[in-house]
Amino acid sequence: MTSTPTDQSSPPPALKVALFITCLADLFRPSVAFASIKLLEQAGCEVTIPLKQTCCGQPAYNTGDFESSAPLARQLIQQFEYADYVVVPSGSCAGMICHHYPRLLAGEWRERALQLAAKTFELTTFLNDIARIRRGDRPAVALPTVTYHDSCAGLRELGVKAQPRALLKELCDREVSELQQSEVCCGFGGTFCAKMPEISGKMVGDKLANAVATKARILAGGDLGCLLNIAGRAKRSGEDIEVRHIAELLVGDLDSPAIGQGK
Amino acid sequence: MKQTSHTFLDNAHTALQDRDKAARRDFMALFTPLIRNAAMDDFGHFEELRQHVKEVRQHTLDNLDHYLTRFEREALHNGNHVHFATDADQLNSIVLDICQQHSARRIAKGKSMVTEETGLNDYLKRAGLRVMETDLGEYIIQQAGETPSHIVGPALHKSAAEIRELFLAKHDLGERELAETSDMVGEARKVLREHFLKAEVGVIGANALIAENGYSMLVTNEGNGDLCANLPNVLIVCTTIDRVVPRARDATAMLRLLVRSATGQPQTCYTSFYSGPRREQDSDGPLETHFVLLDNRRTEILASDYREMLQCIRCGACLNHCPIYAATGGHAYGWVYPGPMGSILTPLLTSLEQSNALPNACTSCGRCAEVCPADIPLPDLLRDLRHDENRQKLSSSRWRLGMRLHAWLARHPGLYHACTGIGIAALHLLGQRKGSFTQLPMASGWTSERDFPAPQGKTFMHQYAALQRADKAREDKSAAVAKPPRRRARPGSGKASGERQEPGLRADWPLKPDPRRPGKTRPGTAGGKGTGKGKPGAHPGGPRGKKPRSRQSDDR
Repeated sequence: MTSTPTDQSSPPPALKVALFITCLADLFRPSVAFASIKLLEQAGCEVTIPLKQTCCGQPAYNTGDFESSAPLARQLIQQFEYADYVVVPSGSCAGMICHHYPRLLAGEWRERALQLAAKTFELTTFLNDIARIRRGDRPAVALPTVTYHDSCAGLRELGVKAQPRALLKELCDREVSELQQSEVCCGFGGTFCAKMPEISGKMVGDKLANAVATKARILAGGDLGCLLNIAGRAKRSGEDIEVRHIAELLVGDLDSPAIGQGK
Repeated sequence: MKQTSHTFLDNAHTALQDRDKAARRDFMALFTPLIRNAAMDDFGHFEELRQHVKEVRQHTLDNLDHYLTRFEREALHNGNHVHFATDADQLNSIVLDICQQHSARRIAKGKSMVTEETGLNDYLKRAGLRVMETDLGEYIIQQAGETPSHIVGPALHKSAAEIRELFLAKHDLGERELAETSDMVGEARKVLREHFLKAEVGVIGANALIAENGYSMLVTNEGNGDLCANLPNVLIVCTTIDRVVPRARDATAMLRLLVRSATGQPQTCYTSFYSGPRREQDSDGPLETHFVLLDNRRTEILASDYREMLQCIRCGACLNHCPIYAATGGHAYGWVYPGPMGSILTPLLTSLEQSNALPNACTSCGRCAEVCPADIPLPDLLRDLRHDENRQKLSSSRWRLGMRLHAWLARHPGLYHACTGIGIAALHLLGQRKGSFTQLPMASGWTSERDFPAPQGKTFMHQYAALQRADKAREDKSAAVAKPPRRRARPGSGKASGERQEPGLRADWPLKPDPRRPGKTRPGTAGGKGTGKGKPGAHPGGPRGKKPRSRQSDDR
């Protein structure tokens, strides 16, 4: 196939995206990764997946073990800096790359971290603001009522707030039933939830109560850490609300059991 | 004040058991951000002004010796005495000396977190002096024998009913009901007035010290600061060296954010500037005035990586917005300063050893930094303290080892994917029916409060590699009829547009040992030790099948 720059009908060149799956999606929720690939391809991107990717180093970093975290940061930079864009279906992992790598690393590595940060995006931000995904001729994805938890790192480090809502509207024609205190932390906080379980339990209890009060069928979010926390609490307290990642909703993947639900 | 920061978790547990108090805190956690946000929205220039305030604070700290000297000179010129105290004991003894020089027996005291820090009240009490707190909140907790739970609202943890009981028990005023809040406030005013009139010395704090004119600034809503400052013959202003700002207009710029951040008011009811002793033409005012400026490790903080903490203007917004403070209340933090700012100051002003739980009482949610009027990166400083904790081996060895092990494994992708592949498949099989676990070994922290969701299936990497293999088989079969391959996200192919190639990619998974180079390690590969010398694109890795590498090399 040939096309020239003057050929008005030719599609714009595909955005070349490397997908950072994140360790939680890799281990606990591969459907998030598959949904992300599908969305990026729907948006006309060319997606590659560096197969040696593991973890961004956030757990060690947040517990204060910078010395263990830095080699993981350098590893990820090496694995992903070839790409035009790096997309991450998690606000906290994207925030780790964009904001904390330059803090963690020095010298040449800091420069490389800054370069990577400039082309790294959280999934919904990339889809909505960069790739500008549109529904086009596809039918709207049918969804039951949805409420949304704004995960802290995505919200405050990357400004993710309008993007998931805009995508739900565009691809699913679904407005979010907003929950009270949607910008207050769910109590996950990485190792915090295991180090200070009682305080974390109080926080996730409040979050769940606010979500249930919306009477939405699904609580969605953009960060699996928070979603595992909220889903685990919902399961424990027998609340009838499905917890799912936003990427799954946007591709209409409601067949697989929600997080923490059995077959 | 006896420090109990090391038992933070137990303190928090106790606090969470008291349902009434927890409900009060929940209400305050809703209410205080609302009034702060409304005030800032109304004001409209939060971000610009906070950048200005931050610059002013940083500039002052960068030139602290200059501005302190200037302040001292101006304050002396105004007729004040100026004292510098290196630590808490020194401040306390300076204040006691002044009181004793004037044979004072009664002290009227305005709200001052600095004197909470030094334990001044107890010190003076032991020397036989009678100290009366005159801020209503401080007065209430003094009567109750408690400590502040909040740096702005010290008695926020107490209900009206508790305060009623307290006043009925403590004030010997006969039969009365105190049915309304206003009755209680009226009673406190009556009791306090007596004391204001009898006190020989007044002690207050300061929100700012103004270098250009030697004045101190104080904000209150009750006017008690002015009564402490003007009725007794002697006034002592106790504050810390980091309160100094260059100019009067810097103090008022700060004020615009301070009060809105603290109480949601555009301005406090009283904003006072104290210049010095009564002059000949003045009809009232103290005859003698002192500034006692405390260091207490501030110069150490100034020289450390935590210097930004000295930008703090003590508004309490970080407390009001912290979900952990909301859950536990201020007393759980076990020392003078609670919440995010306290979790940084307490280790710095006391010791990390005694208070290393506090920097961990943070989810890095960033709400505190978002509202901080001095733009202090509180979550980053808390994380840096956790770094110190980790380096000093103060954290639990189990956690430290776990983190190191996880990071080590994640630096060896082949081994990582093999181990997680097996572990996750097993967890999935065990948990797939119910979808979650109510208990798991080594995860009691998680499962004590919530179920542990089971993995959805095999790991993504495992599933993806299988799909790649199937694709490849299909491609090979159909190569003869030249069908286009099925479209699927490709493994990083090294088809880079830039000069840097994506290193170390291969689609065949799990990684197999290289039969040609058994046991050999490969230099300069992905996940290198970060010398910065290895050129990432230089190694011979590349698209699948081109040059399989040894497992050992990946597990290095």
